[in-house]
Amino acid sequence: MAQARTSTGRSIAAHAVLITYTLIALFPVFVILINSFKSRKAIFAEPLALPTRETFDLIGYTTVLKQGDFFGYFQNSMIVTVASLFFVLLFGAMAAFALSEYRFRGNLLTGLYLALGIMIPIRLGTVAILELMVASGLVNTLMALILVYTAQGLPLAVFILSEFMKQVSDDLKNAGRIDGLSEYTIFFRLVLPLVRPAMATVAVFTMIPIWNDLWFPLILAPAEAVKTITLGSQVFIGQFVTNWNAVLAALSLAILPVLVLYLIFSRQLIRGITAGAVK
Amino acid sequence: MGALTLKAVTKSFGSVDVIKGVDLTVQDGEFCVFVGPSGCGKSTLLRIIAGLEDATAGEVAINGRRVNEVAPAKREIAMVFQSYALYPHLTVRDNMGLALKQAGVARAEITASVDRAAEMLALGPLLDRRPAELSGGQRQRVAIGRAIVRRPRLFLFDEPLSNLDAALRVATRIEIARLHRQLGATMIYVTHDQVEAMTLADRIVVLRAGKVEQVGAPMDLYKDPANIFVAGFIGSPQMNFLKAGALGMRSDTMGVRPEHLALSRDAGQIAGTVSHVEKLGGETLVYVNTPAQGLLTVRLFGEHDYAVDETAYLTPDPARAFHFDAGGLRMRQSG
Repeated sequence: MAQARTSTGRSIAAHAVLITYTLIALFPVFVILINSFKSRKAIFAEPLALPTRETFDLIGYTTVLKQGDFFGYFQNSMIVTVASLFFVLLFGAMAAFALSEYRFRGNLLTGLYLALGIMIPIRLGTVAILELMVASGLVNTLMALILVYTAQGLPLAVFILSEFMKQVSDDLKNAGRIDGLSEYTIFFRLVLPLVRPAMATVAVFTMIPIWNDLWFPLILAPAEAVKTITLGSQVFIGQFVTNWNAVLAALSLAILPVLVLYLIFSRQLIRGITAGAVK
Repeated sequence: MGALTLKAVTKSFGSVDVIKGVDLTVQDGEFCVFVGPSGCGKSTLLRIIAGLEDATAGEVAINGRRVNEVAPAKREIAMVFQSYALYPHLTVRDNMGLALKQAGVARAEITASVDRAAEMLALGPLLDRRPAELSGGQRQRVAIGRAIVRRPRLFLFDEPLSNLDAALRVATRIEIARLHRQLGATMIYVTHDQVEAMTLADRIVVLRAGKVEQVGAPMDLYKDPANIFVAGFIGSPQMNFLKAGALGMRSDTMGVRPEHLALSRDAGQIAGTVSHVEKLGGETLVYVNTPAQGLLTVRLFGEHDYAVDETAYLTPDPARAFHFDAGGLRMRQSG
């Protein structure tokens, strides 16, 4: 009985731990943000100082916006991320539905085969992928990136979603069948809304590596017209001289879209992670 | 012909035979209850009738038409599930109307059908709510309403009352019985609860391990069970089974219902001690531990005071006892 009342002390301790962790996690982002608004000299003089009237400088942002087609890079990153995300969720959910809903020969083997991709990094196949893209004439197209990222995201998506889909009530699906709904309607109208939290979880875990990836854009789509934002920012990093103002400004700007996408999914995400824990 | 005919229906999952050859005819307008312990295949049989599972062999016919290859939606059936299975994103009205909408019925007609069903079940005030805003009893009424709207040839109920509390279960049971009289429809109802089976059914099908043990009207099964399993399953509290040899009978086992055992403090055929007494007001259940026959149940009407550990004597009523052979089959008096 007395234990329950002392929970204030415990909750302060818990909050202290969480706040500490939040500060540690946000600190690099904070440093990037404040320094992106400072002049080059001020960045090196006092990296942790807030921009003041004297040190405040938008040179980074103006450089970024002037040099190169920065909005183009943004657009490319957005197209690649959103399209890959769409295909990962669509195909991942469909495969998961088939694996969890239908009994067929080789069901388990197919599931294991699809999950294998979680353990084998897709970058091991870079050379083969490049040869494939060259052969199919997809080098320097966004399609190349979308295809690769879809393949990269599918294993985890199938794995997580099939677990969640197994929990969707059979009775509900059967009620739909008796009412004359097609399997597609059952999938899109009954099952997908019920696994929305899981979809959001998969979306976030899929989206961030795609947005941040430098490897495949560098190899498969380095041309100016199809550069993504991470690749585009690299022009400011040189072997001898790095334009820190521009790099920091570019990074600050690059956070924005992914932050927006994250906020859209995060409300669902929390439900996805805690599903089953609080019922 | 009958509303539903099953001919030698079997179902196997891999090497496991779940349904081992079921033959059954359900007449038009009949209320037929499948009852049996869990795992006896009664739900699987219902799902085969609904078309949610394919029969491994045999024929399923609804209204004389073979439906083995017909999709569930085209079998002119409606099903009510244990977990209600309402569409969470639709209002009560849309839940009830969805099947008709899928079948391409005109909107005005759907509205009229839904209103009619809602009136039958007093669902009017709930029509614009979503399932999440309803209580368990209301959800099950909506699920029943959804079935009524379709005007099916065959209603299928899969343990519809199992998730409800005791009071609601009785109320909903009475409601289902009333609907059956009102609609005159053929209903097939699956339950593991023999009280539901006894109170609702025109005819009970007792299943065990994928086989039909006995089919008959509730009172026929009660008064004239074909074997020891049916005798033990129908009736509550359960029938007492006595080792008949010890009582000088030629059968292997003698079954006596708890109300047909006479209890006395002074003298009787079987001696024992009272181990527990349950007073239910209208009746009293006395559990007597006997060295010769194990724990026996006696049902007395009205209130009776027996103390635990008191010595008691039991005498079965030979005229109302059932006799079974070593294989559990009933031995008739004539035989």
